[in-house]
Amino acid sequence: MSQKIRVVIAKPGLDGHDRGAKVIARALRDAGMEVIYTGLRQTPEMIVAATLQEDADVIGLSILSGAHMHICPRVMELLKEKGLDDVQVVIGGIIPDIDIPKLNAIGIRGIFIPGTPMQQIIDFITANARARV
Amino acid sequence: MKSVAGGADTRKARWEREVLEPTLKKSPERKGPFTTISGRPIERLYTAEDTEAIDYDRDVANPGEFPYTRGIHPTGYRGKLWTMRQFAGFGTPEETNQRYKDLIAAGGTGLSVAFDLPTLMGRDPDHPLSLGEVGKCGVSIVSLKDMERLFDGIPLDDPKITTSMTINSPASMIFAMYLVVAEQHGADWTKISGTIQNDILKEFIAQKEYIFPPRQSMRLITDIFAFCSKEVPKWNTISVSGYHIREAGSTSLQELAFTLRDGLEYVQYGVDAGLDVDDFVPRLSFFFNSHSDFFEEIAKYRAARKLWAEAMKNRFGAKNPRSWQLRFHTQTAGVSLTAQQPYNNVVRTALQALAAVLGGTNSLHTNSLDEALALPTKETATIALRTQQIIAHESGVTNVVDPLGGSYFIERLTREMEEGTLKYWETIDRMGGMVEAIERGYPQQEVAEASYQFQQAVERGEKTIVGVNDFVQTDEKPIEILYIDDTTANRQLERLEDLKRTRDNDAVRRTLGALKDGARGAANTMPLLLDCVRAYATVGEMCDALREVWGEYEEVPVI
Repeated sequence: MSQKIRVVIAKPGLDGHDRGAKVIARALRDAGMEVIYTGLRQTPEMIVAATLQEDADVIGLSILSGAHMHICPRVMELLKEKGLDDVQVVIGGIIPDIDIPKLNAIGIRGIFIPGTPMQQIIDFITANARARV
Repeated sequence: MKSVAGGADTRKARWEREVLEPTLKKSPERKGPFTTISGRPIERLYTAEDTEAIDYDRDVANPGEFPYTRGIHPTGYRGKLWTMRQFAGFGTPEETNQRYKDLIAAGGTGLSVAFDLPTLMGRDPDHPLSLGEVGKCGVSIVSLKDMERLFDGIPLDDPKITTSMTINSPASMIFAMYLVVAEQHGADWTKISGTIQNDILKEFIAQKEYIFPPRQSMRLITDIFAFCSKEVPKWNTISVSGYHIREAGSTSLQELAFTLRDGLEYVQYGVDAGLDVDDFVPRLSFFFNSHSDFFEEIAKYRAARKLWAEAMKNRFGAKNPRSWQLRFHTQTAGVSLTAQQPYNNVVRTALQALAAVLGGTNSLHTNSLDEALALPTKETATIALRTQQIIAHESGVTNVVDPLGGSYFIERLTREMEEGTLKYWETIDRMGGMVEAIERGYPQQEVAEASYQFQQAVERGEKTIVGVNDFVQTDEKPIEILYIDDTTANRQLERLEDLKRTRDNDAVRRTLGALKDGARGAANTMPLLLDCVRAYATVGEMCDALREVWGEYEEVPVI
């Protein structure tokens, strides 16, 4: 029996530009996933708590402000602490090329810059989300 | 609006039957859809029949005459070119100060301050939410000390170079800092000019950099209106902004309708606070986006001037023509820039800038080619400024006022934008006003829906974005970008500690206490904030004082 993939879409940091977060939340929902949108100004602690509480398989972070190299490592660290290593973390936003290998190295493989087709993100999540048991 | 009464054969109908139809049979049109970027259907041809309902004297008029559809200046750009005002800010105040000096040296005629997110959100660099954000999206301003550094060597009493500051929730705090620095430079407050964005309504609608609840936020704004009408009469107290509404995904019409309706809300709150319309409305200015659909944008600016003039005269009974005249700044659409094939962005920006100029903008910012990737480098910022200079000095479009006036298409489109706006206003008026509409999530929902519809159109390939969903290139070489590391954050943190050790902390406590008392009552907050600023209270401390009294706003997210 297949169950819906559960995705937490979060806007960490102080930035309020939520157009991308909202559009992807709706696109994932339309693609049949269960989407929880946290709203704005989430700390890594709040995001991981929401993931635990919602039993999410995927976290989508929308970051346009340049704070990703601070936020992402903290989220990954907290996930490990909570035993949520198998939660797939993806990021969308303005991510300079030189940061991509560093993000890959901490376990973030889905990095989507402006202009990425929605379908590509949907396909990535579908292929990489942990199996639901 | 078209008169085809009694089945009479109009010229256009005859042309369609005799000329068009045979052509379409032989060679059909491209698939389309022939719609604007906002999804507005566009006909293949506009003729005099499409503008029959428009009366030139009543609806269009010559430039400098009510309702100013063709412009507020009788001489257009033959008198004075638009202000070339490039938005800039990053890192420490010293780094941004240097960028301003570079821009002035390159021929920029105005300054525009971009603040970092902690400053915009009223948080000091040592707040947990400031982690990784200090100096990233703009310049970090913590206390008066930073403002002194930002304007070091830039004369604030020079009427030729005015400064605009993109600051909203903490607008009064930053404005108070500017006024104190101006005083230090020996400038007379009654003579200085400049602009603070100070538009909280669009923050609730679109950009989401709000701190306090809507009504308390509106009070801060009316306090500024009242303070400036007496103390800083030439200051532009607000820049009512559609830019961010558009960037959040609205249509061109929604940008126009919501922005002007925000403007009406500010005027109403000012009137309700006991101010005379003609005392503060002349200092209101506007800020629009220039997106990629060339003609729709031009029609938007023309309609904006007419709608504002008529609303001020008829709805508010303004008598001073300066209250009727809508002045606006324009920025090309950041959201239209692509990370792919970034040099194409120079072309996009040039076309958008041209639309703003043909629409009669009073001030313009052109984006840099690398802005889908990072903040601009000095080189890309210079190309952006040069784009404006080429339009101004080479293209010839500045020789004539409103060159597109009288075009069947433009006049018809201007009329459609106007009618669509009036419909939105009716809906918002029925809700009780813009504050009430925002509290119900109405404009937020409208924008979110439009944004999703556009994205879907792109995904289906109905809207082409060159280099993104068509004409894609796989062998792209990365370009050099401005990378802001953590040096700024560390520097600003050290300075904050140092400030707290060396300033008179009793004075800080005393002035912050007086601010809280004033906020609980009905006192004008501006003089109280000036006292806090002079005591070197930080932006975070001043905002925290008001958070304590007024609380913070939290939105219910609408997807």
